[in-house]
Amino acid sequence: MSPRPGFVLEVDRSTPPTLFWHGEQFVLERLPAGSRVVYGPEPLAPLADPVAAIRHALLHPLGDAAPLPALLRPGMRLTIAFDDVSLPLPPMRRPDVRQLVVEQVLELAAAAGIDDVVLIAALALHRRMTEAELRHALGDRVYDAFAPHDLLWQHDAEDPDGMVHLGVTDQGEDVEINRRAAESDLLVYVNINLVAMDGGHKSVATGLASYRSLRHHHNARTMQHSRSFMDQHRSELHSSNWRMGRHIAASGVKVFQIETTLNTDTFPEQFRFLQRREWEWTVRDRASFLGASRSLELTPPRLARQILHGVRSPHRMTSVQAGEVEAVHARTTERVYAQQLVPVEGQTDILTMGLPYICPYNVNSVMNPILVACLGLGYFFNMYRGEPLVRQGGVLILHHPTPNEFHPGHHPSYIDFFEQVLTETTDPLSIGKYEESFATDPWYIHLYRTGHAYHGVHPFYMWYWCAHALEHLGAVIVVGGDREAVHRLGFRRASTLADALEMARDVVGPDPTLTHLHSPPLLMADVT
Amino acid sequence: MTLPDTLARLRSRTGRARPSGFPWSAPTWPGGLERPAPQRALGVDYDTDWARRYPARFVRAMLLDNVTRPLTHAVATPTVEGLELLELVALPAIFVANHSSHVDTPVLLSVLPPRVRHRAVVAAAADHFFDRRWKGHLWALLLGALPIERHRVNRRSADLAAELLLEGWNLVIYPEGGRTPDGWFQEFRGGPAYLAVRTGRPVVPVHLEGTYRILPKEGDRLRRNSTRVTFGLPMVPDDGEDARHFGARIETVLGAMADEVRSDWWSARRRAAAGTTPSPRGPVAGPWRRSWALGSAPGDEVDERRWALRRG
Repeated sequence: MSPRPGFVLEVDRSTPPTLFWHGEQFVLERLPAGSRVVYGPEPLAPLADPVAAIRHALLHPLGDAAPLPALLRPGMRLTIAFDDVSLPLPPMRRPDVRQLVVEQVLELAAAAGIDDVVLIAALALHRRMTEAELRHALGDRVYDAFAPHDLLWQHDAEDPDGMVHLGVTDQGEDVEINRRAAESDLLVYVNINLVAMDGGHKSVATGLASYRSLRHHHNARTMQHSRSFMDQHRSELHSSNWRMGRHIAASGVKVFQIETTLNTDTFPEQFRFLQRREWEWTVRDRASFLGASRSLELTPPRLARQILHGVRSPHRMTSVQAGEVEAVHARTTERVYAQQLVPVEGQTDILTMGLPYICPYNVNSVMNPILVACLGLGYFFNMYRGEPLVRQGGVLILHHPTPNEFHPGHHPSYIDFFEQVLTETTDPLSIGKYEESFATDPWYIHLYRTGHAYHGVHPFYMWYWCAHALEHLGAVIVVGGDREAVHRLGFRRASTLADALEMARDVVGPDPTLTHLHSPPLLMADVT
Repeated sequence: MTLPDTLARLRSRTGRARPSGFPWSAPTWPGGLERPAPQRALGVDYDTDWARRYPARFVRAMLLDNVTRPLTHAVATPTVEGLELLELVALPAIFVANHSSHVDTPVLLSVLPPRVRHRAVVAAAADHFFDRRWKGHLWALLLGALPIERHRVNRRSADLAAELLLEGWNLVIYPEGGRTPDGWFQEFRGGPAYLAVRTGRPVVPVHLEGTYRILPKEGDRLRRNSTRVTFGLPMVPDDGEDARHFGARIETVLGAMADEVRSDWWSARRRAAAGTTPSPRGPVAGPWRRSWALGSAPGDEVDERRWALRRG
C-alpha cells in the first residue's frame, strides 16, 4: 500500500487524546474540539537497492557534471567531505547513508589509482565527533583505512593554516573555507538531507566555513528575513549561502555534490506508536506507549536520556543524486517536499508542539534550555512554506521539561550565554554586541579545537535561529518547563496544557483557533 | 457483559482504581474521518501459510491419526472401495467429492492413505469457515483448510490452490460449493476442472454416501451411520479439453458412481453406457418427493427419526 499523505485533522469529541513529546517522555493531551492537528505523510518507500542507486547516481550525474569516474585520475588530490553528527536525527541504524556513499566513492577512487585522499567531517562550528560517532557514520572499514594514517580529519574552523580566504561575494560577504577542500582537484561532498534547509551550496559554504564567513548569514537580521529558512525561495540564509557557493565555484573549487534523502521512518518497532495516528493505535501500540511512558517516568532522567540517545532510527534512503550542486539540490528538495509537505489552510491563533529529547546540536548530549528554544522557535516554527502556521501576534505553546541543565563538555559557552547574556536581554538583535567576545574567546576556541565543544559563538546562532519566531509571536508558553529556565528564556511557564491555553487566551482573545504540529514524523506545513 | 466491563467490575470490587479511557482502552475514531473497513485478513484473505509449516503439520497429523480417525470410524464406520486405484495416481491430485455433510472431510481424510492425508489441504468456504479469526485458526490447523470464495470467481483463491498443487499438496475440494440441502447433488462448479486444466494434475472422483444421515446441513447433532467411500479412476483432461467440458465429465462420472452405490457396479456401468444413468440431482419435484425418491442405499441403517430430523 502506498504511503498516505499528510493531512489536517479537525478534533471532535470522539478524537482520542493527541500524543505530545515532552523531552525524554511523551504524554497524551486532549485538545479542545475544533482544534486542528497536522499529521505528516507516512514514510515513503525506500530505495530497493541503495548501493545500486548510489552507483547509478555517480555514473549519471545531474547538471553539467561529468560522471565521477571521468573526474578521477591518478595523482590528483581528492577530498571527501561529509555531514557531521547533527544528521540524521536520531542517528540511523548501520549502515549509515554516509558509509554507503563514501564506500562507493572510494571504490571508484581506488579503481582510478588515487593515493591522495582525505576525508573531512564538515563540522562548521559544531563539536568534533567522537571515534564511535565517526565509525558509526563511515563504517569501520573506512575509519580503519583512513583514521590511523591521519587521513580522516575533522574540519577546524579555527586553524589559521587550515583555512583559506577565497574573497568576498558581490554582497561583501567573506568566503573562507577549509584549505584542503579548497585546494583539492576535486571536492566530493556527501550530504544527508533531512530538512529542506540542508544541502545545496550550504554544504560547503557553511559546513567547511569559518566564523569569519558564517557571521554573514548566521545572524538575527538574516533569520528575520528568512520566512522561512526552510523555504529556499524566501530564505535569506539560503540566498547568502548560494552567493557564497557560487563564489566558491567561481574561485576554481570543483565540487561534486552527492545528496541523499531519507524517509520519515524515524523510530524503531518498540516506539512505532510515536508515528501512528492515535485512533489507529493497536493494542500493541497502546501497551508499548503505556510501558514506555511509565518506564521512562520511573527511570532517572540521566538514564532515560541515555536510553533514548541509544535509539537508532530505521531511516531508509529514498533518493540519491549526484553532480552539479544546484541541479542536485533541486532534485533533492523535490524529494524532501514529497516526504514532508502537508497542505494547511489558514493560520492559527495558538500553535502547540511537543518537543523531543533531541535536536541537531545535542546528539549524545543534554538538550539545554537554549536548544529547547532553538528547536521550538527555530526549527519547528520554521517548518512552513508560505505563511507561518501561527498568525502574527499568536501564541506558541511548547511541551518540554526544559531542564536547567547543560553539558559542560559539549556546550561550555552556552552556560555563560545563559548566565550572562540572557540575563541581560533576550532580544536577538541586541545580543550581537556580545557575539565577538564569545566567538574569539581563547578558552572556547581551545575547547572547540581540542575537545568536543561547540564553538563559543554557537549559542548566539541558536538564539538567532529563534529571531523570526520571537519577532512574530505574541507569547511563548512552555508546558511543564523548569520555571527558572523558562523565565530566563523570556517565555512563560504553565503546569498543564489547559493552563497554557488559558494564558494564551489572555494574549489572543477568547475562542482562539488552535493547531497542533504532530511530531514525529517531521513535516513541513504548506500554509495557504 | 463484555470483557472490558468484566475487568472494570473486578477492579471496582478489588478497590483498585485503574486509569480508564485511552490508551487503557481502544481509541475512538475522529468523527470527521471516514473509517476504512477493518483489514482483518479474514475470509479469502486469511493467510493459512502457517498451517502448512512443519509444527502445524505435525500437530495436525497427530490429531488426525489419533483423534479424528478413531472418532470418525466410531461414528461413520466407513467402507472404502477403489482405494487401490490411488496407486495409479501420480500425486499430488485433486480429490473431488460430493458434499452432504460437515463430516465428509473427516471421513475422506481418515480413509486416505497417510502419504496423501498428511499432505492434503481442503478447500473450505471462506465465508463460513474463515469468517472469524478463531475459526480460521481452528480449521486451518485441524484440516489444513484453505479459504475458497464460493459465490464468485476469486483469483486469489484459485492462484493459491494452483500454487499449492504445484508445490505437491493434494487438494480435497467439493465442486458443489456447499452441502446439499436434501441429499441430492447440486450443480457442479468449474473450480476443480479449472485447477486440473491449469495445473495438469489428475482428478480423483470420490463418492461419499451416508454422511448426510450423520449430520445433514440443517442438523444439530451427530447420529451414527455407516458410510461408504468410493474412489473412481483418476481423470485427466484430454488434449485441448477445456475446463467446462472436463467439469461436465467429472459430474457425469460422479453421477455414475452415485448410481453404482445405489445399485451395483455392473448395472450402473450399463446404464452409463446407455446414457440412462439417473440424474444425481434427483427428480424435478417437490421437496417431499425428492426426499422420498432418495430412499436408502443398500447397507444403510434405517433411521427411524429421519423425517423428524428433517423437520427439526
